[in-house]
Amino acid sequence: MADHGHNVRVTINGEAHEGHVEPRLLLSDFIRHEAGLTGTHVGCEHGVCGACTVLLDGAPVRSCLMFAVQADGASVETVESLANGETLHPLQEAFRREHGLQCGYCTPGILMTLKPFLAANPAPSDADIRQALSGHLCRCTGYQQIVAAVRRAAAMLRGEEP
Amino acid sequence: MKPPPFAYECPTEVADAVALLAAHGADARPLAGGQSLVPLLNFRLARPAVLVDLNRIAALGHVTVENGALRIGAMARQAAVEADPGVARGWPLLTDAISHIAHPQIRNRGTIGGSLAHNDPAAELPAVMLALDAEMTALGPEGTRTVPSGEFFAGTMETALAPDELLTEIRVPELPEGTGWSFREAARRQGDFALVAVAVLLRPSGSSSGIDARVVVTGTGDGPQRMREAEAVLAERGTGGDACEAAGNAAAQASEPADDPHAPAWYRQRLVAALTRRACREAAMRMGR
Ligand SMILES: Cc1cc2nc3c(=O)[nH]c(=O)nc-3n(C[C@H](O)[C@H](O)[C@H](O)COP(=O)(O)OP(=O)(O)OC[C@H]3O[C@@H](n4cnc5c(N)ncnc54)[C@H](O)[C@@H]3O)c2cc1C
Ligand code: FES
Ligand code: FES
Repeated sequence: MADHGHNVRVTINGEAHEGHVEPRLLLSDFIRHEAGLTGTHVGCEHGVCGACTVLLDGAPVRSCLMFAVQADGASVETVESLANGETLHPLQEAFRREHGLQCGYCTPGILMTLKPFLAANPAPSDADIRQALSGHLCRCTGYQQIVAAVRRAAAMLRGEEP
Repeated sequence: MKPPPFAYECPTEVADAVALLAAHGADARPLAGGQSLVPLLNFRLARPAVLVDLNRIAALGHVTVENGALRIGAMARQAAVEADPGVARGWPLLTDAISHIAHPQIRNRGTIGGSLAHNDPAAELPAVMLALDAEMTALGPEGTRTVPSGEFFAGTMETALAPDELLTEIRVPELPEGTGWSFREAARRQGDFALVAVAVLLRPSGSSSGIDARVVVTGTGDGPQRMREAEAVLAERGTGGDACEAAGNAAAQASEPADDPHAPAWYRQRLVAALTRRACREAAMRMGR
């Protein structure tokens, strides 16, 4: 059979990752299995749950609804880009303090949606926050603590809370 | 699940994409934002032998206003059109309707052309394009043709496009000064497909009431449906008194939803009546009546 493999080069969290992949390889699986970055989770593989959300050239997208070949030349950010060594990103710190996660399956996708959201909306209302979260399913928390965590993260990023 | 194997083509010119579709016939499928097609592949409900990726064709991504009309390249992202100030100024109905499509993460990839070519029976964009009298430009091996939206949407997930034709551009005519508009949707959760959605457009005209009305309903059957009885009520009586209510009832009577797991038929019919009434009143208010 002909080799249907394609060479791809994707910059993930500032580092180049190359691979020779089948076109049907999903970007989510490239990130997890080729690049070994398993922080990006896979729930439904049809765009509904949001667990696989990453930033593609700065904008949040479902990595389960793209092929790795389509990200050739692009820049991807995953949850692993947030913390600085042992120091948590304010988003992560706020989720920790407000119990914004329990099992943590949904969290990486939520954080990647929230990073550009809070950059564009430094002082969101609760309604804004709920709207921003609407593309993510969490089966544990009941969402209240997540909303509280986003409120706290926004305050931390504004420099109003340590 | 994971998608079945396919061969991947990634042309950078529209002509090459059309040639690839012609060469592979029914075995090939264009890939736009992938927000409907990739789930179908992941579920293995679609098994095309070849995917022709349109994402690197720069000539399909434009959003421009020319001689008052809006021209949207088929690959323009829904999020880009939603954020376009020229679109918001001239065609706020379109801007508002896009905000009802799924979630921002989906709209960052999903395209205008992909949604129209897919023609999900509860999708917002086909209904809005029908209300706006948009024209679709299709390019195939025989060349370019223009299809009015009234002939483009041909039933559940069916359009006038042939398998080897590409939707390349959508043209939306200018709306006259003083046009009123409204988009109303009922869905079970934020971002879900509509149970029922209604687009109402009221253009000033020379009819007896001074109004030329478009009432389009989706979610009740096999795609967007113009509610001509409701339009006639408004053209004759305008929007005062109980005209909007009468238009809502006329639309409900003309709609024939079936029972499905999401909602019984009677509920959808009531939604048609209520949403049409509210959309009519809101459009009338925006018209200054
Ligand atoms: C969780 C989720 C929720 C969603 N909710 C909604 C919703 O509420 N409302 C809604 O309307 N949609 C919804 N969608 C679908 C989404 O809007 C898609 O973006 C859209 O239906 C298809 O656009 P696309 O660009 O992704 O096309 P693709 O998925 O790439 O393609 C769809 C189909 O159109 C064909 N096609 C694409 N472009 C062309 C072209 N230029 N010429 C010819 N054929 C073409 C493809 O071959 C394919 O058959 C949702 C999707 C998800 C994952
Ligand atoms: S795994 Fe991608 S949205 Fe659920
Ligand atoms: S914390 Fe378990 S799914 Fe959200």
